[in-house]
Amino acid sequence: MYVYADNAATTRTSETAINAMLPFFRETYGNASSLHTPGQRAMEALVAAREKVAAILNADPKEIYFTSGGSEADNQAIVSAARNGARRNKRHIISTAFEHHAVLHTLDKLKKEGYEIELLDVHENGVVTAEQVAAAIREDTALVTIMFANNEIGTLQPIAEIGAVCRERGVPFHCDAVQAVGHVPVDVKALNVDMLSLSAHKFHGPKGVGALYVRKGIPVVNIIEGGQQERGKRGGTENTPGIVGMAAAMEEAVGNLDKSIPYVTALRERLIEGLSQIPHSRLNGDRDRRVPGTVNFCFEGIEGESLLLLLDEKGVAASSGSACTSGSLDPSHVLLAIGLPHDVAHGSLRLSIDDENTPEEVEHILSVVPGIVEYLRDMSPIWDELQKGEKPYLL
Amino acid sequence: MADKVMIGMSGGVDSSVAALRLKEAGFDCVGVTMKLYTNDELGLPERHTCCSLDDVEDARSAAFRLGMPHYVLNEKAAFEEKVIRHFVETYEAGGTPNPCIECNRHLKFSAMLHRAEELGCAYIATGHYARIERREDGRWLLKKGTDASKDQSYVLYMLTQEQLSRTKLPLGELTKPEVRRIAEERGLLNAKKHDSQDICFVPDGDYEAFIRRYTGKEYPSGDFVDEDGNVLGRHRGLIAYTVGQRRGLGVSGGRPLYVCRKDMKKNAVVLSDNDALFSDTLKARNVNLIDRERMDGPLRCAAKIRYSHSEAPCTVTQTGEDEWTVVFDTPQRAVTGGQAVVLYDGDTVIGGGTIIG
Repeated sequence: MYVYADNAATTRTSETAINAMLPFFRETYGNASSLHTPGQRAMEALVAAREKVAAILNADPKEIYFTSGGSEADNQAIVSAARNGARRNKRHIISTAFEHHAVLHTLDKLKKEGYEIELLDVHENGVVTAEQVAAAIREDTALVTIMFANNEIGTLQPIAEIGAVCRERGVPFHCDAVQAVGHVPVDVKALNVDMLSLSAHKFHGPKGVGALYVRKGIPVVNIIEGGQQERGKRGGTENTPGIVGMAAAMEEAVGNLDKSIPYVTALRERLIEGLSQIPHSRLNGDRDRRVPGTVNFCFEGIEGESLLLLLDEKGVAASSGSACTSGSLDPSHVLLAIGLPHDVAHGSLRLSIDDENTPEEVEHILSVVPGIVEYLRDMSPIWDELQKGEKPYLL
Repeated sequence: MADKVMIGMSGGVDSSVAALRLKEAGFDCVGVTMKLYTNDELGLPERHTCCSLDDVEDARSAAFRLGMPHYVLNEKAAFEEKVIRHFVETYEAGGTPNPCIECNRHLKFSAMLHRAEELGCAYIATGHYARIERREDGRWLLKKGTDASKDQSYVLYMLTQEQLSRTKLPLGELTKPEVRRIAEERGLLNAKKHDSQDICFVPDGDYEAFIRRYTGKEYPSGDFVDEDGNVLGRHRGLIAYTVGQRRGLGVSGGRPLYVCRKDMKKNAVVLSDNDALFSDTLKARNVNLIDRERMDGPLRCAAKIRYSHSEAPCTVTQTGEDEWTVVFDTPQRAVTGGQAVVLYDGDTVIGGGTIIG
């Protein structure tokens, strides 16, 4: 049995999405911005996809900008708010320490340009509060950007409350909802967000396509110059098949939430219950305020890399955190942000399941993880020191 | 099932050909690249070190072309603690370190070997030019590489019997031109790949600037003096000089002057003419023996006191539990504390240690 348990990294493209896309490779391949009939057909599909995505988010189609994915959407949202703030001498941006790098690295760039970046503490449970945001907002705050669901530990942030605070104080609020859309209900009006990023491949859509919701009246700055696509806000020929596939996948995933949320939550609970049996381990992030499918555990005394490679050998695809940091498997900035010491943050395991996983697969995961942890601990000098009492257990 | 080997890969010609040879010998190969530091954390430009993301990409593509999986192992914390700090501290104490040796000691043949064990690999392999053989009595021997001009046995003297028994050096019998030819024939030549530098994390060779940047410390300037204590000029901090150095002193004494030694107490650099740089005796500590269990009685052999040195005949005596005294038949130029002394019996490495200054 080989179990794919890395759905927070990416998901299988659904049959629905593939079938929706295929005609736009073979038949309706016209450029959506062309005047001729094939172009018109492509544009019709684009308009329909935009309406579909907007309706699902409870937005207006004019508030949806298609992008190449979540990272581009995050970049554009943050840079737009920063540039707009600077025009009124506002250069203070509030975020959290455990955002995705698409957000953090964009903020780093702005910091070098003279913006002041304030990263809020996310506490040991991986949840920031609306009160923290209220206390941090200043006269010169240009933007609050906070993620909906953390990509590594899965904790959900109180977005609607934070949004209400920002709305009341007149500060633009962007939410990176890449890990939330398709997994929990997302209604831009109920959430009081001004901007929201999403990515198709996190909910069984194709890779390389995403969207940015921008509330009417909030100015948008280009980060990709080019033609007049996306109402002049994003140059580049429209990715018609990708966008159509995203809309189809989104419709399917969101339409299925009533069933998938309790199903995936039950699987996750079984995973947490089983993994908690391993001594000197801990579940990272709030026990209850989390997306249905993401579980992140630390096992003291071992390193995540070997754990992942051995899991792969035993038929489980997992990750130690964000796949975006491969090439430099550092202790996760997310785990450090929730206060884990360096040593422990190295030994983490993220399992992200969704409605395509079965209870049998979860049992398979639970049948292999404890043995591998024990095997690696037997060889670990750190574990040896812990066992001999030379070092105190942290977990 | 074939034995599994973990190969340390940089993406360069040597490690790629090493991997190819093991693959062709029928081993089940896994390529790994150790991420030892990030350039921006060390204040380095993004390119041109062994650990930039480009290099990891090169290593990965070489591994995939050879049909083996490739993993990146993060060893930044260990590298900083065991190699970079050691490097800085040795300079601060007046010596001249060899970080490649510390990296071999603590990273390649220790951390990587541990990873190999965890992942069920019987062996690790590297692209070093040296040979490992087993003597009839079962003892593992380290020998010079067949290509004398590329021999790297000097930087491997610290290997234990256990490490040697689990290490493969597939390039030991090859010459560099042969390796290049194999790489060319098999399309493994990475044309843009620069040759490895002496010190990977100091790509421009300016180790003084590196230390100043890394520690943020001031290294106070002081006097250049001659052997009688006469002041000859001002130096810019003790870390900037190494024994035997002539260039960059900015002192004209009417004759060529060299760094003879550093007086740490007086913060002075003692300059002398070339003749005074020669000495026939050194002491070494932190010693390791390879071809024998113990050093019995004075031992006649040949010793090499830096990577580029041609070994010279000498007599070695155990003068402490972890101390050797090496007396050369003829005085050697610029014996430098912090460097390694490696003893040879012909092509075979007897052992080695760190020269104490």
